[in-house]
Amino acid sequence: MSLLTLDHMKTDIGQYAVLHDVSLTVPEGGVFVLLGRNGAGKTTTLRSIMGLWNASPGSVKFRGQDITSLHTAEIAKLGIAYVPENMGIFGTLTVDENLVLAADKGRIDPTRLKRVHTLFPALERFRDKKAWSLSGGQKQMLSVARAIMEPRELILIDEPTKGLAPAIVDSMGEAFREIGQDSTILLVEQNFNFARKLGRDMAVIDDGRVVHQGSMEAFAADTGLQDRLLGLAM
Amino acid sequence: MDRISEILGRMGGVNLLPVALAAVAFILIGAPSSWATLTVAGLAMGMMVFLMASGLSLVFGLMDVLNFGHSAFVSFGAFIAATVLAGLSTWLAADSVALNTAALVMAFLAAILFGLVAGWFFETVIIRPVYKDHLRQILITMGAMIVAEQTILAFWGGTPFTVLRPHFLEGSWIIGDVSIEIYRGFAFLLGLAVFVGLYLVMNRTRIGLLVRAGVENREMVEALGFRVDRLFIAVFMLGSGLAALGGAMWAGYETLITPALGSELMIIVFIVVIIGGLGSIEGTLLGAILVGLMSNYLGFLAPKMALASNMILMVAILLWRPNGLKPAV
Ligand SMILES: Nc1ncnc2c1ncn2[C@@H]1O[C@H](COP(=O)(O)OP(=O)(O)OP(=O)(O)O)[C@@H](O)[C@H]1O
Ligand SMILES: [Mg+2]
Repeated sequence: MSLLTLDHMKTDIGQYAVLHDVSLTVPEGGVFVLLGRNGAGKTTTLRSIMGLWNASPGSVKFRGQDITSLHTAEIAKLGIAYVPENMGIFGTLTVDENLVLAADKGRIDPTRLKRVHTLFPALERFRDKKAWSLSGGQKQMLSVARAIMEPRELILIDEPTKGLAPAIVDSMGEAFREIGQDSTILLVEQNFNFARKLGRDMAVIDDGRVVHQGSMEAFAADTGLQDRLLGLAM
Repeated sequence: MDRISEILGRMGGVNLLPVALAAVAFILIGAPSSWATLTVAGLAMGMMVFLMASGLSLVFGLMDVLNFGHSAFVSFGAFIAATVLAGLSTWLAADSVALNTAALVMAFLAAILFGLVAGWFFETVIIRPVYKDHLRQILITMGAMIVAEQTILAFWGGTPFTVLRPHFLEGSWIIGDVSIEIYRGFAFLLGLAVFVGLYLVMNRTRIGLLVRAGVENREMVEALGFRVDRLFIAVFMLGSGLAALGGAMWAGYETLITPALGSELMIIVFIVVIIGGLGSIEGTLLGAILVGLMSNYLGFLAPKMALASNMILMVAILLWRPNGLKPAV
């Protein structure tokens, strides 16, 4: 059964039509990669799923339930977490306070915290530091960590490797592989080499439309298709 | 230069500004007893303005809502408290501190209660339809302010209203040759208590954590599963209640009030919120103290400058720190 289904989603931002026709089926489990050029509409797609933009006409279904017109907070409560492109860290709060906020009851489950600290040791070391003082990579880790403080079935992650050093990109990949064991990740990436190692299924969005959906294996083998859809040769 | 600013930073940074202002004023004024009286007056005024301004600052910080109708809560708070005190004049006249205090507490509670209820009404009926639309917020909240002022005029009339106050708050403490009006000391202490309470709520409770996070990034708090709009109603009501309390205290301070009181104070309140930094309780306190001291010192040194002084202060601070002294983010 598919976990998330976007059905001919259209999104306007103000007077601009940004998404024209986005249809996607994200199966349960593992990492689903959404690729696309700059300005293609990847971030807008994630924000529309999260209810931060209003998608209509068209619909967003999560586990068969129509969530198109739900409030963002309700969508989160249903089990969808969001790691935005700008990371959305609360810089004036400490690392631990950022994590506490992500726990529904305001109390951190110690086993979850332990898991987070195992995945991202820096977050344990700097737990009392203000989040603005973290490095870019540590901020990204904190943003991902927040998304897994509660059991979430679907985690939307927007370009997590942007601007990170290769070593950190690798450990981020490790973390995603582990998180993908019990959640589904919808990953937006520009770094194709990173994405191809993680993704099982994938789709390409271009100019507000989904122009391709298939398996990562087949897409990775077809350089002609990659060039055409992602303009890697340009 | 870097070393100096580092040392200053460790000693409290911008928190030193009121101290510096007081020191400069001490030299300019010359007479220590006048200086002490003015300083206490400035601190008392600052604390009352802080009560009026704190809600406005949080409301803007959390939801980007510009509320020009905020002064209505101040005015209503003042008139309601004054009316309750007038109604309880026998309690005030009684030779019993307990009865005197009870009258004062009743007056303040009535003002706060009104602020909470009116805040709830104002938020749900007037502000909610215009979230995210600054122009319409300005128009509709200004309209509401005018309606509120006219309502006060209709109920209480235009002639200045005399405010009774409990006997034990009349008069002055005399320490050496310094005389301190008791009511000013009281206003300062009450304001300080409210600040400490607010500070603890903001920094030690989950609600406070949510508010601080929401001021910084509302969308992200929502994406973590919290209804910031519902939190906002609570913050709005709290802000209105505090503004009404500020108005009530101001009434006792002025002892003669008119319906224009709120809108006259509003200029000062906006200046305080802007120089303090939007969305920050500590910034609002700092701004309020600075403005309170500045008004009193200049009122003494150069009375003609008193009104302009706060504008000048604001411009100077914004040139130096465009986001205010202690912005929340
Ligand atoms: N707030 C906005 N107002 C107006 N237009 C916007 C807004 N946000 C995005 N857009 C436009 O929508 C289009 C899609 O933007 P989006 O951010 O979804 O692209 P993206 O695929 O995430 O790009 P990138 O890889 O650069 O992050 C772009 O043309 C962009 O200019
Ligand atoms: Mg993007």
